[in-house]
Amino acid sequence: MKKIFLAAAALLLAGGAAQAGEIKPAVLFDMGGKFDKSFNEGVFNGVEKFRKETGIKYREFEITNESQREQALMNFARRGGDPILGVGFGQAPAMEKVAKKFPKQRFAIIDMVVDLPNVQSIVFKEHEGSFLVGALAAMASKTGKVGFVGGMDIPLIRKFACGYVQGVKYINPKAEVFQNMTGTTPAAWNDPVKGGELAKSQFDRGADVVYAAAGGTGLGVLQAAADAGKLSIGVDSNQNYLHPGSVLTSMLKRVDIAAYNVFKSAMDGTWKPGIQVLGLKEGGVGWALDQYNKSLITPEMKARMDQIEADIIAGKIKVHDYMSDNKCDF
Amino acid sequence: MDYFTLFILILDSTLRVSVPLVLASLAGLFSERSGVVDIGLEGKMLAAAFASAAAAYVTGSVWIGLLAGVGVSMALAMVHGFACVTHNGNQIVSGVAINILASGLTVILGIAWFSRGGQTPPLPPSARFQSLEFPGAAALADVPVIGGIYSELLSGHNILVYAAFLAVPLVWWILYRTRFGLRLRAVGENPEAVDTAGISVAKMRYMALACGGVLTGVAGAYLATAQSAGFIREMTAGKGFIALAALIFGKWRPVPAMLSALLFGFLDAVAIRLQGVSLPLIGEIPVQFIQALPYVLTVVLLAGFIGKAVAPKAIGVPYVKER
Repeated sequence: MKKIFLAAAALLLAGGAAQAGEIKPAVLFDMGGKFDKSFNEGVFNGVEKFRKETGIKYREFEITNESQREQALMNFARRGGDPILGVGFGQAPAMEKVAKKFPKQRFAIIDMVVDLPNVQSIVFKEHEGSFLVGALAAMASKTGKVGFVGGMDIPLIRKFACGYVQGVKYINPKAEVFQNMTGTTPAAWNDPVKGGELAKSQFDRGADVVYAAAGGTGLGVLQAAADAGKLSIGVDSNQNYLHPGSVLTSMLKRVDIAAYNVFKSAMDGTWKPGIQVLGLKEGGVGWALDQYNKSLITPEMKARMDQIEADIIAGKIKVHDYMSDNKCDF
Repeated sequence: MDYFTLFILILDSTLRVSVPLVLASLAGLFSERSGVVDIGLEGKMLAAAFASAAAAYVTGSVWIGLLAGVGVSMALAMVHGFACVTHNGNQIVSGVAINILASGLTVILGIAWFSRGGQTPPLPPSARFQSLEFPGAAALADVPVIGGIYSELLSGHNILVYAAFLAVPLVWWILYRTRFGLRLRAVGENPEAVDTAGISVAKMRYMALACGGVLTGVAGAYLATAQSAGFIREMTAGKGFIALAALIFGKWRPVPAMLSALLFGFLDAVAIRLQGVSLPLIGEIPVQFIQALPYVLTVVLLAGFIGKAVAPKAIGVPYVKER
């Protein structure tokens, strides 16, 4: 609450400056917080970029429990927030309610579809990005066994897992993939100790690369991999720098670009409601290669990855989306 | 993987996850045996975790981190003592206040100092407790049975794990074999008698709280600088309360308290390890069932096996000297 008031006060003070684009953007972060080094931080980077470029300040709120979602959105809306960006699938029910009540204001949600005339829904083809890192994991694995640690057990995370499995099997059909979920409540996004234990259990079973799609919990997974001298794969934001030489790559989900575009398009007047699906083709997902993991990726691996990327974009490789039928038979 | 190895690995993981529970339940034991309810274990552990991570990050020394954790936890224990020993305040209220204070303060200070949303920056290996390999562990690793037990289960933990389990006999010895221990127990059962014998009840309770403070401080430091690499908001995740349950489960005695802490740790470890593993006859167990297992078993055990737990007689009652 305090933060809202502070942000509101800051906005009042900066009242004159805010006229530039005539918008009052607001962003509601999900559990995990804006410094989770992953999903929320990606959004934070995007909106920060917008603020730096345009000088337009935004309101923000980090929820710490479920009941705050609707309150926070309502607060944003009442104070004339436009557009209001909700981060994470969990915001959908609250946003549906609030967006109905404030039909003149623009809303956007990342990772979920809210079917209303004033809501823009942005979803990603995480299965394509996960397919890529899965393929890379299989190329890097020496034991032929790789792991996956998910956050909360929801269809979205199953989608990550399913794409990953397909990528692994594409390179090495005999590879074994261990899958674990951290929990069934939102607390599972923020439990690095448990994430580390899950990763250790997979290493003990022979895995030598583990992919974490678990928000803040993933930090524990990457740490466990670094401690055990194994490889890990980060998610959402580029996490390669966290443990150079141990993080094989990161599955990039360009939530930063998506968040930036929501604000930017609203300012330019090009904002449109409806569903936006960002896949490999649209640059919405990808894998990270930078100075921190350069030494882990051989030129052959890179060439192979480029080929796979091209094949997915050309439609030669079809990656099954778990959420299309809630099945993953691979 | 064969089932013996799986079992050893589960026990190995049990040791790691039960360390904070063991330490915190011993801390609670000191304070509750002296007649002071210690519901603030959770908060003290959380504050200690934050302090140790912050100090270890800033100084680069894990030992200074440990000291900082112990110091902060001690300070909070003294606040607890000041409120409910010196001023005869309500012990539950004071404990809850400590929990709330720690939960808020760690995040606020974290944001103010490190601006990472309440987390501390990740600690480099030199600022963490590293695991110790026992001599010959690698050589023995391939010997059946003994090798697994020695090199997986016993070797390869960090020093705080060993310290926690060595603390159990030490606490037992202090409690049952020293004059201090006798007085401590007496203060929790019958403070009037202790007072009549010319020993200060308040002083005894303060000393008990201080012992508890040290142990919770170590537990917090373990969480932040040994088990993980840095502080994350609310990282204790109810461990203080589980430790309290373990203490009651163990009827306020050191060894049973350790065993029940191990049991809770074991259930946690099973939940982690059995995910996605096929068992004979049953096949792969659904994740949801595995995750519910610790809670179900806790209820069953608490209802069926605990027997009568008799608390120290004077627990929760501030001692007022009659005039």
